[in-house]
Amino acid sequence: MSGTGEYRDRPVRPYVLTGGRAVPTRNTIRPDTLVIAASPGMPLPVSAGRTERALLGMCRSLLSLAEAAAYLELPVSVVMVVASDLVDSGHLLVRTPGGAPVSREVLQELLHGLRKLA
Amino acid sequence: MAYASSPDGAPENGASETCGRYLAETVQRSAKILVVGAFGVGKTTLIGSVSEITPLRTEEAMTTASVGVDDLAGLGDKKATTVAMDFGRITVSPRLVLYLFGMPGQRRFWDLWEGLAEGAVGALVLADTRRLEQSFEVLDQLETHTAELPFALAINQFPNSPWCSEDELADALDLPPRTPVTSCDARDRAGSVKALITLVEHALANQKVPS
Repeated sequence: MSGTGEYRDRPVRPYVLTGGRAVPTRNTIRPDTLVIAASPGMPLPVSAGRTERALLGMCRSLLSLAEAAAYLELPVSVVMVVASDLVDSGHLLVRTPGGAPVSREVLQELLHGLRKLA
Repeated sequence: MAYASSPDGAPENGASETCGRYLAETVQRSAKILVVGAFGVGKTTLIGSVSEITPLRTEEAMTTASVGVDDLAGLGDKKATTVAMDFGRITVSPRLVLYLFGMPGQRRFWDLWEGLAEGAVGALVLADTRRLEQSFEVLDQLETHTAELPFALAINQFPNSPWCSEDELADALDLPPRTPVTSCDARDRAGSVKALITLVEHALANQKVPS
């Protein structure tokens, strides 16, 4: 992304990449959802587009969808829709579903970790 | 990646964009904190000072269409901004990673953050005492649309900021009772981490016991 503040149009509109969809098929997909490619050998169907391939390649190791979107220079909303399809087809695994309330244990672990950094 | 808005916000650990991009395989879950506040208040700077990765940016740059809409008073040489979300991350334990999402303060972008608030630990509201009135919108949004979300107020201390006591601030901003108020220099890692700790402690204290 350019940091110059210039508006940079894309040759392809985001909704083209998602087949016109704005909402992922799964409601557990969030920008902070952690994902990883299922098995590296599992080929995508020939019909898979460039965005699917790029996202799956990016997720060869554990990453959040927000990070994948930033590195691919795509809007997070687009990446969430495409990731959801890849989860449905078994190519992408979700490590932690997003949107669930945080448990007390997680809050305590977080507090402990932050105190060590301070 | 050029970083127009936060020359001082680069992380000190020198993480490059390729090395350390991926999370450790041991990480089992993520938590998120929203860093919210008015335009130019230092959200990206704070994220940059605590993040283990160079802060990342998604979505597009704001165009000159925002001139006259977004208030640039007192912002010195801040030339460019984005409609986008800046974010960073901290691996707080081998199992847990924390994401910090910087959310735009302007009312017209709030649609972006309602989905993100789901499952969030809380929101750290960053405010600037020179332009305190600009925090009203953000606080109003938090109280009406994300009422369940715990939040803490952190004053980003600028060199020419007028000094206000925490009580004065709580009064001026009409904060809900027991809302923590703290101050920090968003460029300082330790101070910014302390502000995050204040929020997490508040979230823990406010948590409803499920069983």
